[in-house]
Amino acid sequence: MHEMSLCESILQVLEQQAEAQQYRKVKTVWLEIGALAGVEIDALRFSFDVVTQGSLADQARLEIIEAPGQAWCMPCGRNVVVQQLYDLCPHCGSHQLQVNSGDQMRIKELEVE
Amino acid sequence: MCGICGCGEGHSHSHDHDHPHDHNHEHEHGAAHSHAPGLSPVRMVQIEQDILAKNNRYATENRRYFGERGMLALNLVSSPGSGKTTLLTETIVRLKDDIDIAVIEGDQQTARDAERIRATGVPALQINTGKGCHLDAHRVGHALEHLQPKDRSLLFIENVGNLVCPSAFDLGEAHKVVILSVTEGEDKPVKYPDMFHAADLMILNKIDLLPYLDFDSEQCIQYAKQVNPRIKILSLSAKTGEGMDNWLRWLKAELELQRIAYA
Repeated sequence: MHEMSLCESILQVLEQQAEAQQYRKVKTVWLEIGALAGVEIDALRFSFDVVTQGSLADQARLEIIEAPGQAWCMPCGRNVVVQQLYDLCPHCGSHQLQVNSGDQMRIKELEVE
Repeated sequence: MCGICGCGEGHSHSHDHDHPHDHNHEHEHGAAHSHAPGLSPVRMVQIEQDILAKNNRYATENRRYFGERGMLALNLVSSPGSGKTTLLTETIVRLKDDIDIAVIEGDQQTARDAERIRATGVPALQINTGKGCHLDAHRVGHALEHLQPKDRSLLFIENVGNLVCPSAFDLGEAHKVVILSVTEGEDKPVKYPDMFHAADLMILNKIDLLPYLDFDSEQCIQYAKQVNPRIKILSLSAKTGEGMDNWLRWLKAELELQRIAYA
């Protein structure tokens, strides 16, 4: 969804940081994207290439650190791994799951010069 | 612009270009980097910033605005054609004598929805997102400056018709309310789980059409609860008025909660 807007936000952060961190070019961007963040990685890569053209991040590599989705299963009383928001608990089959990790979208680190 | 998410024109994204990226990158923080500072101009910068941080800052600002005024702000989301605007006009007609109401309308183009709302006698501001597929907190903040909603009022933000993108963008609302009409198919909650997961209330609209459709309401509700066990569900027909009372009671109760916190 809206991967183009996300990439525009990423570029804004890169441009803001360029002044504070004193760099002129971004070579690699590490993003942490949760499995439940609703982000389509292929679309994100495609948009990133388009959005960064002619910018300080032109030709930059995009590295994705995928974070697993986790939810608290109320009947089991423990954390379980989920791939989708509509997944059932892999142990007891309940849908009484509270997602507590895996929806993050963060810029972690940059390689710059 | 949103050429990728497919929300505008049923555009489906597929591309087959090869990426030169190494997908198996082993990334460790700290000493794992072999870059030697001082020898090469290339260096690492840790930034740890949420991609949506900017939107979330504006959303926090909007939420503070609503809180300071004892307002209830609701973000109405759905696919196009679910009957959001009809639900709004029918709701406004029933509540406007007792409650101050204002509406922010989001659409890609035209001011038709805002005109429909204004015809009921309440203030409405249209935001045209142009190519955009969702409202963001920044634009809503500017809309508030123009709209100047009253203290202790009810604000409806009718988002762009799209079951995908608006789920990720907090506008500062108290609740997202997702509207699903029975003409859309009962499997929408599992097909578009992000939106149903983000919503606190689901309205099943157009139930007057149920006799003419194969729509399985029970199954639909089960799917919605599978995606979001906490979601509340109200079934109604904005056209015939069936079930509208429960919706109005929910609105009044939620508004009262905001007003109590304000007092």
